[in-house]
Amino acid sequence: MTISQPTFLLSPLSHFGFKTLAILLACAMSNSYAAVHDVREGDSIQAAVEAAAPGDIIQVHPGLYRETVYVDKDDITLRGVVEDGEWPNLEGDKQLNDAILYSGNGFTVEWFKITNYKGNAIMGQAGNNFSIRNNWVVDTGVYGIFPEFGENGLIENNVLSGIEDAAIYVGMSDYIDVRNNRVFDNVAGIEIENSRHALVEGNIAHNNTGGILVFITPGLPIKTSFDAIVRRNTIINNNTPNFAIPGSLVAGIPSGTGMLILAGDDVIVEDNIITGNNTAGIIVTSQDFATDVAGDPDSDPNPDRVQIRDNVMFDNGNDPATEVKALMLTQFSTTGPDILAYKGAAHADRESCISRKSAYRTFGLGDWGDCNSPTVRAADAVDSAPALAGTTRAVNTKMLAEPAAPRVITVDADGAKLVYQGICAGCHTYNVRMIGPPVMAIKAQYGEDASAIAQYIAAPEKKRPDFPTMPPQNHLSEDMRLEVAKYMLTLNK
Amino acid sequence: MRILLFLWLTLTAASSATALEPFELSTFCPPALRLDETGHCKLHSQYLAYDSLYGKGVGGPKTGLPPVRDGFTPQQIDLGRYLFFDPLLSQNGEVACSTCHDPALGLSDGKRLSIGVQGTEIARSAPSLWNVAFLQKLLWDGSKKSLEAQLQGPLYADNEMGNDPVTLLATLQSNAAYAAMFKAAFEEDSLTLDQVYTALVAFESSLISLNSRYDLYAHGVHDALNPQEKQGLNVFRSFVARCAECHTPPLFSNQQIAVLGVPERNGRPLDPGAGASSGDTSQRGGFKVPSLRNVALTAPYMHAGNFDSLREAAAFYTGGRGHAVPEGEDLRLHWHIWNPELTDDELDRLVDFLHTLTDQAFLPEIPNQLPSGLPPGRAARLAPEGKTALHRHSNNNTQSAAQTAAPLAAQLRAQPKALP
Repeated sequence: MTISQPTFLLSPLSHFGFKTLAILLACAMSNSYAAVHDVREGDSIQAAVEAAAPGDIIQVHPGLYRETVYVDKDDITLRGVVEDGEWPNLEGDKQLNDAILYSGNGFTVEWFKITNYKGNAIMGQAGNNFSIRNNWVVDTGVYGIFPEFGENGLIENNVLSGIEDAAIYVGMSDYIDVRNNRVFDNVAGIEIENSRHALVEGNIAHNNTGGILVFITPGLPIKTSFDAIVRRNTIINNNTPNFAIPGSLVAGIPSGTGMLILAGDDVIVEDNIITGNNTAGIIVTSQDFATDVAGDPDSDPNPDRVQIRDNVMFDNGNDPATEVKALMLTQFSTTGPDILAYKGAAHADRESCISRKSAYRTFGLGDWGDCNSPTVRAADAVDSAPALAGTTRAVNTKMLAEPAAPRVITVDADGAKLVYQGICAGCHTYNVRMIGPPVMAIKAQYGEDASAIAQYIAAPEKKRPDFPTMPPQNHLSEDMRLEVAKYMLTLNK
Repeated sequence: MRILLFLWLTLTAASSATALEPFELSTFCPPALRLDETGHCKLHSQYLAYDSLYGKGVGGPKTGLPPVRDGFTPQQIDLGRYLFFDPLLSQNGEVACSTCHDPALGLSDGKRLSIGVQGTEIARSAPSLWNVAFLQKLLWDGSKKSLEAQLQGPLYADNEMGNDPVTLLATLQSNAAYAAMFKAAFEEDSLTLDQVYTALVAFESSLISLNSRYDLYAHGVHDALNPQEKQGLNVFRSFVARCAECHTPPLFSNQQIAVLGVPERNGRPLDPGAGASSGDTSQRGGFKVPSLRNVALTAPYMHAGNFDSLREAAAFYTGGRGHAVPEGEDLRLHWHIWNPELTDDELDRLVDFLHTLTDQAFLPEIPNQLPSGLPPGRAARLAPEGKTALHRHSNNNTQSAAQTAAPLAAQLRAQPKALP
């Protein structure tokens, strides 16, 4: 094992990665003894994860790895080493469910090739401050990259194809940048669902069924999706026949959809190139677009305040899906539009707007406002750069300036109280016999001697014939054991 | 010697107090709660160290809890405990809350369909009450938004406890012991129905189970689960099985309505669930996602005991989307219902994992005696031939469930399988 150098400085960071770099530096400084664990073909990546401490880097060398790696600790970096074009390849053989599951904060995964899993390539459950970048994902089943319930994350420079739902799926998360990824041959390229504060920028979404999606799906515990900027993406030729599993949410996306905004609020679509999508360039619609999902009274079905600003759009709608074709026939056209506002999205109450509407072929935008109106421009105005008014160009990221707070328990009286309640109180109550003896009996035995208790709980032995042996608590640090023991002795009720 | 004497004194003091003043209300909070400076019992849990997006209490292992009902006094909680176990609350003095929410059966009753006054069968099964303090939607169809609103349902439903508000209030007011207990707990002149509801809610929200072996794992004690159970956890949260998408940690419920299309038993007609109570027909066949905490103790499963075992319930999800939907029904099945093609081994590991969610350390104590003089309500056990047979426990053995459950929980917690 070696003491780590700040090798992450060598990893490619995009032009926009400055804040990420700052976060990494901050992490590195607090973990100056981070170790690097090298994993080579034949070794287990999971074994390295289990040996790793927060702050450590797991370096995986080229070769085939057939496993599910799960990371339930903080500040772990999984880094592939690519040599002479040879990648470390996580291979699921269509037998394994997920390649990488993580729940820890500060998780980074980069430079992996991930192929043939059934569920996901990379799935996050409530991990904050994550970075997922430079990965090459082919046919990993339902999703490619799927952070859920996370705050402050970066998804950058990944290439994903062959996914039967969304290749990059940001679910119920906040403050996420999705940048410079390439997604193709999937049902959905990039999906922002029930998430807030997202920047989707510089991605190439081509040859999917639908390119980029911003959804509010009903029936989820977090009900909103707002504040998304979809900017400078290339969204072309998304005409792949829909091959989603019947019943899945994306199974209803018409082939040939460049962008689909379904119920998402405060979405700004700016400076994209959207061409060659055979149904429509952009569809803005409400939840009743999907007819097979149960209703949710707590979910607002309509997309509000959508702003479609300057985008290069042509050659869309050449072979529209049946429903859109029927709509267009009412305008005596057989081709689909560049932009379609459909169902509840067309209503003036939505306060949606479009810039230079006359440049595009549109349907249902008759009641939309003009994004170049003074109020919209004023909202974007930046004192130092008046020329940027009416654009989002002053916004560099939606990630947080400071990482989301870590979920740590401090070694002090407050932390000890939580540990006591979380662990000790499961067996000890003050005055009643439970699994372990009551605290009043323990106090009678130990008096004020907290350190004796702290020592005992690290490696307990059977003391009382009518009680089970206490499980060891040596997973707590020595200091924490002492704090907890002190806390226990303060109890008097 | 000094220790023994101390203990002996304490225990003698405690037991003689019980004998002289049988209905003196406890001044201690139940073990999941701690008395604050203002004399109210507040939840304490290691989960309070974690946050969750928008305070919704859904996420991963280290995610905070949804908002909790707490802040009752120890006396209110203890009064609620007596009421909870007392069949006096029912129309004929035969059914208590605890008849269908028995501590010996995971705070449920082990039946497919619960039995109300005069042996009437109720249309649905009794949900476990563990962790109801965190639920924003109550009942299988999610139609009640507070515990107070919910508990008036069974109290006054003809086929459940069959009482009515006027009779209930008069019964309690005329019971001298209860009159004194209410006065002690609420310090108000008259006994009111709102006090009854508050006391019951106070007790129910003290039924906390957040100290399972899974929880130890979640807090970072990774040896708390054995390799099979960890495999099960990974199947559970994988996007193939998708269990965790709705049974989301830390409560293992996202508290949403989901349409699954489970088969009804014995030719019973499809239960419309939320589709009937919410007035939104698109929710036909929808039920609230139940928490899976202590699920290993609460067979049979689903809204009407549709499955006898955890293995059977888990296997339902591999049957294919809509495989059990009756002909002619056009249900809007949840999008996560598909065919994950789980192997037998994966199903076994899932069941292993679900057993790690068992924690009954804070099982409530069943009163030895009730102010009504009636025996505490207990669930009738299923007779071997599968028919229900009503039999009551006598007063002097009503403690046995709580006492036998503790060593079991101890065993589960202290000796995870295959731990070195």
